[in-house]
Amino acid sequence: MSNETDRGLSGGHNSRAMTEADLKEAYYQMVLIRRFEERAGQLYGMGLIGGFCHLYIGQEAVVVGIQMELKQGDKIITSYRDHGQMLAAGMDPRGVMAELTGREGGYSHGKGGSMHMFSSEKHFYGGHGIVGAQVSLGIGLAFANKYRGTDEVSVTYYGEGASNQGQVYESFNLAALHKLPCLFVLENNRYGMGTSVERASASKELWRNGEPWGIPGMHVDGMDVEAVRAAAAEAVAHCRAGRGPVLLEVDTYRYRGHSMSDPAKYRQRSEVDEVRRNHDPIDRVRRELLERGVAESELKSMDDKVKAVVLDAAEFAQTSPEPDPSELWTDILVES
Amino acid sequence: MATEILMPALSPTMKEGKVARWLRKPGEAIAAGDVIAEIETDKATMEVEAVDEGVMGRILIPEGTENVAVNTPIAILLADGEDADAQPAAAAPTADAAPAAAPPSCGPTPSAPSTPPVSAQPEKDWGETAEITVREALRDAMAAELARDEDVFLIGEEVAQYQGAYKVSQGLLDEFGEKRVIDTPITEQGFTGMAIGAALTGLKPIVEFMTMNFAMQAIDQIINSAAKTRYMSGGQMSCPIVFRGPNGAAARVGAQHSQCYASWYGHVPGLKVVAPWSAADAKGLLRAAIRDPNPVIFLENEILYGQRFPCPVDEDFILPIGKAKVEREGRDVTIVTFSIMVGVALEAAEKLAEQGIEAEVINLRTIRPLDTRTVVDSVKKTSRLVTVEEGWPFAGIGAEIAMQVIEHAFDYLDAPPVRVAGADVPMPFAANLEKLALPNPDWIINAVRQVV
Repeated sequence: MSNETDRGLSGGHNSRAMTEADLKEAYYQMVLIRRFEERAGQLYGMGLIGGFCHLYIGQEAVVVGIQMELKQGDKIITSYRDHGQMLAAGMDPRGVMAELTGREGGYSHGKGGSMHMFSSEKHFYGGHGIVGAQVSLGIGLAFANKYRGTDEVSVTYYGEGASNQGQVYESFNLAALHKLPCLFVLENNRYGMGTSVERASASKELWRNGEPWGIPGMHVDGMDVEAVRAAAAEAVAHCRAGRGPVLLEVDTYRYRGHSMSDPAKYRQRSEVDEVRRNHDPIDRVRRELLERGVAESELKSMDDKVKAVVLDAAEFAQTSPEPDPSELWTDILVES
Repeated sequence: MATEILMPALSPTMKEGKVARWLRKPGEAIAAGDVIAEIETDKATMEVEAVDEGVMGRILIPEGTENVAVNTPIAILLADGEDADAQPAAAAPTADAAPAAAPPSCGPTPSAPSTPPVSAQPEKDWGETAEITVREALRDAMAAELARDEDVFLIGEEVAQYQGAYKVSQGLLDEFGEKRVIDTPITEQGFTGMAIGAALTGLKPIVEFMTMNFAMQAIDQIINSAAKTRYMSGGQMSCPIVFRGPNGAAARVGAQHSQCYASWYGHVPGLKVVAPWSAADAKGLLRAAIRDPNPVIFLENEILYGQRFPCPVDEDFILPIGKAKVEREGRDVTIVTFSIMVGVALEAAEKLAEQGIEAEVINLRTIRPLDTRTVVDSVKKTSRLVTVEEGWPFAGIGAEIAMQVIEHAFDYLDAPPVRVAGADVPMPFAANLEKLALPNPDWIINAVRQVV
């Protein structure tokens, strides 16, 4: 599904297959995100998570494939559908789940919520609720990398729903003008809330949207973690080498509604079922591992490990106390 | 271990719903993520997915049942090999763990201090002064901080090669090079977001807006990204950044280029807002703003750029953010103002003195955090308050000053406070109309005469 571009990137054709160890790691991370999100959905249904909660189920291969090409110090920023990015970046599932429940043990001590979490340790810069705003911030992370003379890359995720925001194009221009080491990852899950990309975007090849600024575009099947990783390898190398930004569009799909309160009337269930049955990113890796001779029992033990981690996170998220009332008045300004 | 499957809520407000359909039968193997049922409310239909794997046990609520309360057990999920009659040991996790939706506490809660703890120390005497323009003061402040800290950089439209649209950044490109003094395209939202992103990593950008009017293009980034991130991150992130540029009316530039944003930004927790008047204010406060670890809005005034004031020559000169200055002492009335209106108020005070009325003129210097103490102490002495601002009256800075005085010194007031503000209209272009829209010394004199 990768498309060649004429800008020196193969679109992820190179050395596509992962080693068995990497594939197992990818499997573990994807299952972790899936089970975490299912549990979050359950806690939401029980009234333990309030407000907005945008689940990442179906899109797991995207963040996992990209994360495998990053190194310590690379910066990550995304929109409000952010739980997958955080887990992939190595943030503690307990801290993430406890933020969802608005508890003291959450990454933001309960003051951010599902859409607003950060980790300076993991270089995760949020967690942003205004569609497209994180794209301008993301080029700022890349600007800082360049200013400091590091070879770190900034990965800026956004959805196809943000892809026609004005500031995205302002950011393309600035990133290209300054040759910023910014990997734009456009997660095309086909629907911006209830509006399909066909109904929202005159441009149908979103990966080409950076062309007026000379930004190389790549397009890859986001349900195939090996393809995502291969594309990321090239794109990240391009950014790291100081050759400027890359726009990587990944075709993906969210199984759940836009947020928990979305009944998803804008699409047929058969469409969701078809993707789940035939294109599920976790099933794909599972099949691949079994074909390579990995024992079912080994996968089961990974599943069990994930289950324990997620149960522990859910337990922590319910037993961690609510933030102390004094938290209301802290962290507004840095006290100097 | 058997677990209960509970009636989920589609939204935080849902209390009950209908179990519309069971998609899996007792005895069937279930994988996590499988859709097992559909539930309905008057608004929506939604699928219930299994969170754990296992075998479908007894269905407790048959399909078609209406008004099923949220969190009611609707089925049992059995672990492999369990008997269909197995009872759940404990529904994990239980709804009991949900925090009670209590109304906001009416009890004593810690609150922000209502008056900022401002040092009562008199302003430091910085010694020798020299006359410089506000423009030079701003330039010198930036040059000093650029030299002092490699993480500081200046970015904005025409700041580098053109030397600043109003020549405020004159010479900085030559002195510090293009890495530190950066021209941008005319895309405020994009470059503001970029600068904020850089600040979140610890760099210290100075963002120049050609005028603060254009910052409206970027106000989402300023408020949602710069002001709120520290709070939303539980204190992990900070955003050391300065947004500066001319604010308020210039001369004959029309409605879209003549607006005061002091009250807009002053409204926002997470921002500091500074509005200097003199060259010393400009230099001392801009240096403080650049060093401040928080986002600071720095509201300049185009007409003041060319005005000359004495300014300390001491190379360490700096002023504290959050401290007002009594520009003129007086016993009869307190005039509270900021930016260009300080000069207008001082002019009015001189005329009032000729009439035997001694006005105390307070230059706020900082809008947020407001130096309430200096204002309140003055009103306690004069018992009368007039506020003066160039911006619109409704929900303006004068309204806030008056409320602070009412809260902290109501019993000292001998007359209702009066506010002087710009006319409540978009700024007209015609010279005579523009003059009618902006406060002048006579407006202030008339206001003072109402309260004295």
